[in-house]
Parts: sequence; C-alpha cells; structure tokens
Amino acid sequence: MLLPLCILLVTLVTAAGFVVRRWWFPPPINEYASWFDSYFNLNLAVTGVVFVLVQLALAWSIARFRNRPARHTEGNNRLEWIWTVSTLVVFVSAAAAGERLWSAFQLTASPTGALVIGVSGKQFAWNFRYTGADGKFGRTKVSLINDASGNPFGLDDSDEASKDDITSSQLHVPAGRPIELRMTSHDVLHNFFVRELRIKQDLVPGMEIPLRFRADKPGTYEIACSELCGLGHHQMRSALVVVTAEEFESWLRGKASER
Amino acid sequence: MSFLRRYVFSTDHKVIGIQYYLLALFAVFVGIAFSVIMRFHLSYPEAKVRLFEWLWPATASGGVMTPELYLSLMTMHGTIMVFFVLTTAPQSGFGNYFIPLQIGAEDMAFPVLNMLSFWTTLVAFLVLCAAFFVEGGAPLSGWTAYPPLSAVGSIAGPGQGLGQTLWVVSIALFCAGSLMGAINFITTILDLRVAGMSLMRMPLTVWSWFVAALISLFAFAVLIVGGVLLLLDREAGTSFFLPAGLLINDRLLPNDGGSPLLFQHLFWFFGHPEVYIVIVPGMGVVSTVLSVFSRKPVFGYKAMVIAMFSIGLLGFIVWGHHMFSSGLNPYSAIAFSVLTLAIGTPSAIKTFNWIATIWGGQLRLNVAMLWALGFVSLFVSGGITGLYLGQPALDSYFHDTYFVVGHFHLIMGVAAIFAIFAATYYWYPKVTGRYLSETIGRIHFYVTFLGVYGIFIPMHYAGLAGNPRRYADFAQYDFLKDLTVLHKFITHTAFTTAAVQLLFLFSLFWCVRRGRLAGENPWQATTLEWAHHPAAVHRGPYEYSVPGSRKDFVMQNETAS
Ligand code: HEM
Ligand SMILES: [Cu+2]
Ligand SMILES: [Cu+2]
Repeated sequence: MLLPLCILLVTLVTAAGFVVRRWWFPPPINEYASWFDSYFNLNLAVTGVVFVLVQLALAWSIARFRNRPARHTEGNNRLEWIWTVSTLVVFVSAAAAGERLWSAFQLTASPTGALVIGVSGKQFAWNFRYTGADGKFGRTKVSLINDASGNPFGLDDSDEASKDDITSSQLHVPAGRPIELRMTSHDVLHNFFVRELRIKQDLVPGMEIPLRFRADKPGTYEIACSELCGLGHHQMRSALVVVTAEEFESWLRGKASER
Repeated sequence: MSFLRRYVFSTDHKVIGIQYYLLALFAVFVGIAFSVIMRFHLSYPEAKVRLFEWLWPATASGGVMTPELYLSLMTMHGTIMVFFVLTTAPQSGFGNYFIPLQIGAEDMAFPVLNMLSFWTTLVAFLVLCAAFFVEGGAPLSGWTAYPPLSAVGSIAGPGQGLGQTLWVVSIALFCAGSLMGAINFITTILDLRVAGMSLMRMPLTVWSWFVAALISLFAFAVLIVGGVLLLLDREAGTSFFLPAGLLINDRLLPNDGGSPLLFQHLFWFFGHPEVYIVIVPGMGVVSTVLSVFSRKPVFGYKAMVIAMFSIGLLGFIVWGHHMFSSGLNPYSAIAFSVLTLAIGTPSAIKTFNWIATIWGGQLRLNVAMLWALGFVSLFVSGGITGLYLGQPALDSYFHDTYFVVGHFHLIMGVAAIFAIFAATYYWYPKVTGRYLSETIGRIHFYVTFLGVYGIFIPMHYAGLAGNPRRYADFAQYDFLKDLTVLHKFITHTAFTTAAVQLLFLFSLFWCVRRGRLAGENPWQATTLEWAHHPAAVHRGPYEYSVPGSRKDFVMQNETAS
C-alpha cells in the first residue's frame, strides 16, 4: 500500500507547487508576455488534469488489483485506436495553437518607426549600439575592437556614419516603442534572455539575428546569458532599462556628448 | 581456458554483458559523486573543502571550487551519465547477456566483434577520465560541446585545450564501439532465432534492443562525423564550424566560412535519437516486468511494437526542437514543433498500455515490480513537460533553464535508471542463482522514489522563475536570490538520495554469495532465459493466466498447456 500513497503524495505536492506559485514567472511587462502567461496557463490546465488523472489511475490500480485472480486479456484494438487518435488530436492542436504565439514573436516584421539597436556578446560582457542622429550604423572592423579604449564594436571612425554611433553596456529603451535588436557575437555562443519579456535568442558568431519586442512598463530588468559561453557564463549579466521617451532621448544626448 | 581468456578478453556474450554492466556501475557512481559535489557547490559556494583541494589542486586551491571546475564536473557528469551509464547498461549490458538467451541462440552473431566493442568502449571511458589529469583539466563546454567554445582551443577557457580534445576522441571511440555493437545486435536478432521464434513471438525486450540498435546505427554514424569534423577544426585548422572574424580572448582567428549551427544539426540529429536509445530498452524491460508480476499478458503487444518503431523513426526528424532559439529559420520551428508533439503519441500509447497491463491483474509487489511501476510514474511526470518544450514560443522561455534540467532528468535520467534497477532485480537470479535482498531493496526504492521527485520537481519551479542552467554560481543575479531555499532543499535531497545508492551497491555484491537461493524459474516467467535448453518455441512471450491452462503461465517452449 505504500507505493500508491507515495505516488499520491508526490502528485499532490507537485501539483501544489503549480497552484501556490511561490516560485513563478515575474510579472509581464508587455502584451506579448501576458499572452504568453495565459497560453501557458491553458497548457498547464490541460496537462495538469492529465498528469493527475494518469498518476491516480496508476496508484489506484496498484492498490486495487492484488489478491484476486488476474483477468486474462491481450489487448483491445478499439481502446488502442481511441487513445491513439485522441492523444494525437490533443498534441497536434497544442502545436497549432502554440504557433500563433510563435508567429507573433518570430514571424512578424517590425512596424516602421521601430528603434534598431545593435547587440554584441563576448566572453563575458554585453554591448549595445545605437545609430546616433543619422539613423545609420557605421562601418566596423574586427581589428579595431578594443574594450579598453571604449570601442567594443570596432567602430571605424573613417566612416562618417560611425562617428555618431553610441555604445552602452546596458540596454536602454523607450517604453512602448517597438524595438528591433540585431544580435551577433564575436567569439562563442551567447543567449539574450529577459524573463519579463518571455523571450530568448542565441547570439551566433557569423550571423546577425533579429529580435523584436516592445517593453511597456518602465523599470530595470536583468539580462541573463542563457547559452553556455565559458567559465564566466554565470556572470554575463546586463540590464534592460525601460524609461519614458523623454528620459530616453536625454540619455541618448548625454551619451552622445560623452563621445 | 586461461582466466584471462575467460573473464577479461572473453568473447562470451554473458561475460561481455557483465563487463558492460560493471563499467556502467563504476561510471554511475562517479557521475553521482560529481552531481552531489556540484549541488554542494551551488548551495555552499564559499565553503572550503579539503577533499576538493586534494582532488583538484589547480582548480580548487584553498578548497574553494572555481567556476571552471564546476563546469568541468558538469560536463563530465553529463557525458558519463548519458554515454557510459545509460547507453552502456540497458543496451550493451543487458542486451548482450539476454538477447541470445531470449531468442534461443548460443551466442551473439559476431563474438569477437562483441569483445572488440566492449574494449573500445572501455578505452573511450579511460580517455574521457584522462581529461581530468591534463593541463587545464576537463572541458567545460557541456555534454553538447557546442563550437566555437569547443573548437578553438584553450584560448576559450581552461579545459578547452587538451581536455576537450580527449573528450572528442573519447566520444568518437564510443561511437565506434556502439556501431560495432549495433551491427552485432541487429544480425543476431534477425539471424539466430531458434525454430518457432517468429518476430511477433519475440519478447518486447528483444524488440526494444532491436529498435535501439537500429537507432544507434544511424545516430552514432552521424555523431562520429560531427566528432571527426570538430577534431579537424581543433587540430588541423579547418573551418567546418568556425566563421570568419572570430575574436577570442583578443586574438583574431584565421578561420573562414564555417557555421556553428552545422554542428548543432549534426549533434542533435544524433542527440534526440540518443534519448530513445537510452529509454527504449527500459520500455522493453518495464513491459516485461509489469506483465510477469501482474500475471497478465502485456496489453496490446502489437501496439507496443508499432509504438517503438514509430518512436524510432519519428525520433530522427524532431532534432530541431533543441534549436528553437539557436537562430534557425523560424518557419522551420513550426515543422519541428508539429513533429515533436506527434511523437508524444506513441509514448502516450505505451503509458496507457502499461496501465492497462496491470489493470485487472494479480499484482506481486516485489522490488523489481516497484521499480517498474516507479518508471511509469516518472515517465508520465517527465514526459508531460515535453508538451511545453515542444512548442517554440513556450520553449523560448524554458530553453536552457532548470525547467529543462528537471524535464530530462525525470524522463531520460532517472526513468532509465529505474528501468536498470528493475532489470537488475528481475534478472539477478538468472545471473547469480540468488535473489537480491528484498528488504534492502524496498528501503532503497522508497527513498530513491521520493528523492528523485524531491530533486527534480523543484528544478521545474526554479525554471519557471527563469533560473538559467549551467551556472556555476547563483549570486550574481537579484532574481536568483529568491531561489536559495529551493536550491538548498534540492541539494539536501540529492545527498540523501545519493547516499542510499550505497545500499544497492552493498546488496549487489553481498547477495552474490549470501542472497536467498533462487530456483530455475523463480518468477514463474514465460520467456526462454528461464527455460532449460529450449529446442523450439511454440507460442508468444506473455502467456499468463490463460483460461483453461493448469498453471498461470505457459513457457514459450512448452508444447501443450
Ligand atoms: C542523484 C542524481 C542526479 C543529480 C543530483 C544530478 C544533478 C545535476 C546537476 C546539478 C546538473 C548541472 C545542471 C547545470 O548546472 O546546468 C546536471 C546536469 C546533467 N545531468 Fe544530472 N544529476 C543526477 C543524475 C543524472 C542522471 C541519471 C543522468 C542521466 C541522463 C544525468 C544527466 C545529466 C546531463 C545530461 C546533464 C547536462 C550536463 C550539461 O549541461 O552538459 N544526471 N545534473
Ligand atoms: Cu553565457
Ligand atoms: Cu530531443
């Protein structure tokens, strides 16, 4: 009798964690993240019911079928068909439903007026680049990359467009404005992850990968590298600073005058 | 025959089976030791431990573990567990011992090849262990060894020099050993069955080794290619995985034209099927054990065979679910997602059939049965979160968090371990003529069952809070501070769970001489390993409680019931 009780126990305790939510997602800071949460909750409701029912069925049959002769049966094709088709339907509809969220995240181009920001990762730091007044990223050269002299992107100042580019070690964005990050890495793989946005994307050397989002709620949120990049992986941290449009403009001006 | 020919360089499938099992047994205790050391460090990062300093003077000087030591333990833990425990024991260990016995063959088809594959695997293991003792120590790029980190040498970090090279060589050797094994398994099962043993009369264990061998053949063939290309990038200056303009540790590399994503494709084309190589033999054992100790035939034998084959096939076209956030074309994620969730269906079918097998049975809850039932429970708990990870949008939060660590440990790590325990208890009397201690077994089982839930379910909660995996330290982030209590709980549970595994080790060796004596067919089972020199087979593998027969089981080689 001990095993059914143990199964019951772990099932209830596991489920309790998902109901009490002592450890959970941080509050969402945009529409996408709220949508993600409600879609996650839908998945949780369905899988939660299945999880509890199957564990209970297991526990119950262990408790029940003991000291009585076994009932001989080799199977039942009708039952096999029923559970094959019904699980296939559930799984494929989950995949289909999930695609709506995915296309909102990955398959929708940025609206015009989006703010484009360059991102580069390196062992073990983040760098962000803004176009400056001309709205264009200037030329860069790997050979010019030099953190000590404050040129983490290798901006080539012989190009006019480079002269006003602004770099920062934190990601400042104006609230409510669509953002498009253009991400790459100079050395190994890294990953841009902000919990409050519910999105994650690898940075791959040799590729420029776009990442689109909008952050509506002002505040400071942690950026955590989420792809193993070496011994300092656990400290490759930066911040997403969401501010009002005016604050953002004045931050940019301050940065520009530093240059 | 000399001792050496008989027990060391043996071509006897039984000896080779035991050799594989002992290799896995040694490896699993090393792997467990690493895991508790990692857990200890995560919860007590500042503690000074003499033992650490003694073991790793360079990377734990003063007894405090460095991040590179943590990551190298993590890499070795994962590599040892996946390759040298979970691929080695269920498939090569039990498969070698029991395939000939269960199909009524004298030995495997190619006994010398069989010996060679074991020794290749052993050398692979030694090469892997050697990585700890070279300059820079063991590699820190994880069991997945993604380039560029794994391809550019020691400028990317300690351990990425010779240590990483040894890792790659070890894996390539392991692939070679597994390929030899796979060819041997497939040939044996197709060619050496005793008269009357038609395919549809084979026990599900034999089917499962057959399917896993087919998967191995195609999967390891691809991994070995990935390994060789990686080695060339490291040692011969090629650029398969390295693009132009790499600036590592302020050094500009001359490479040009390669793609880091190419390696991920090769790796996961192997890697996803690999999880089935690990779990499918477990499914076979569990089906058998549930049937024997429910005194009922396996429910839906044919559906079980079809499900195993569908898993094997579909397993080769879902690898992209490991790469949803790696920079693939986002449209391809849609295809991979649908295929991934579709593969949940055969897994669900198997679960329903297991429950239907015990339903209406006459359960004998001995220790082998407890492990098999525990397997079903874990398989459900670990499998269900696959639904989240198979959807790219949801995975974009969970990828590379502890949610994934919880998921794969439950379904592939400990579920497979539970199957190994079930198989060990079930077949021990066959191998030694004695039973394993049921009393020790019960204590071991219950503590482990509660323990693994206590370790890996909380990891899901940490993942929900966004806790990234492969972090040597949780102190840098504000949001991780809130998880300290949770991680302490995990660590303490891990220590307890690891400790009771010593009971098993004791029991395993003690009972060889002192266990209760078992008869020829102690479980009243039907398959040929329990029969006396079977000359021919007359029926299916699971004839339990057949109406109208004298006993509640009819062996496969019996002519009349
Ligand atoms: C007592 C039981 C175990 C404990 C406490 C444990 C603990 C851990 C820990 C702490 C990590 C590192 C997580 C991180 O930093 O990201 C890890 C990783 C891993 N474990 Fe285990 N583990 C156990 C058993 C197993 C088993 C049985 C397997 C077999 C599949 C396994 C396979 C792995 C793999 C593949 C990784 C990933 C390594 C990597 O990221 O490259 N573990 N485990
Ligand atoms: Cu990182
Ligand atoms: Cu997979």
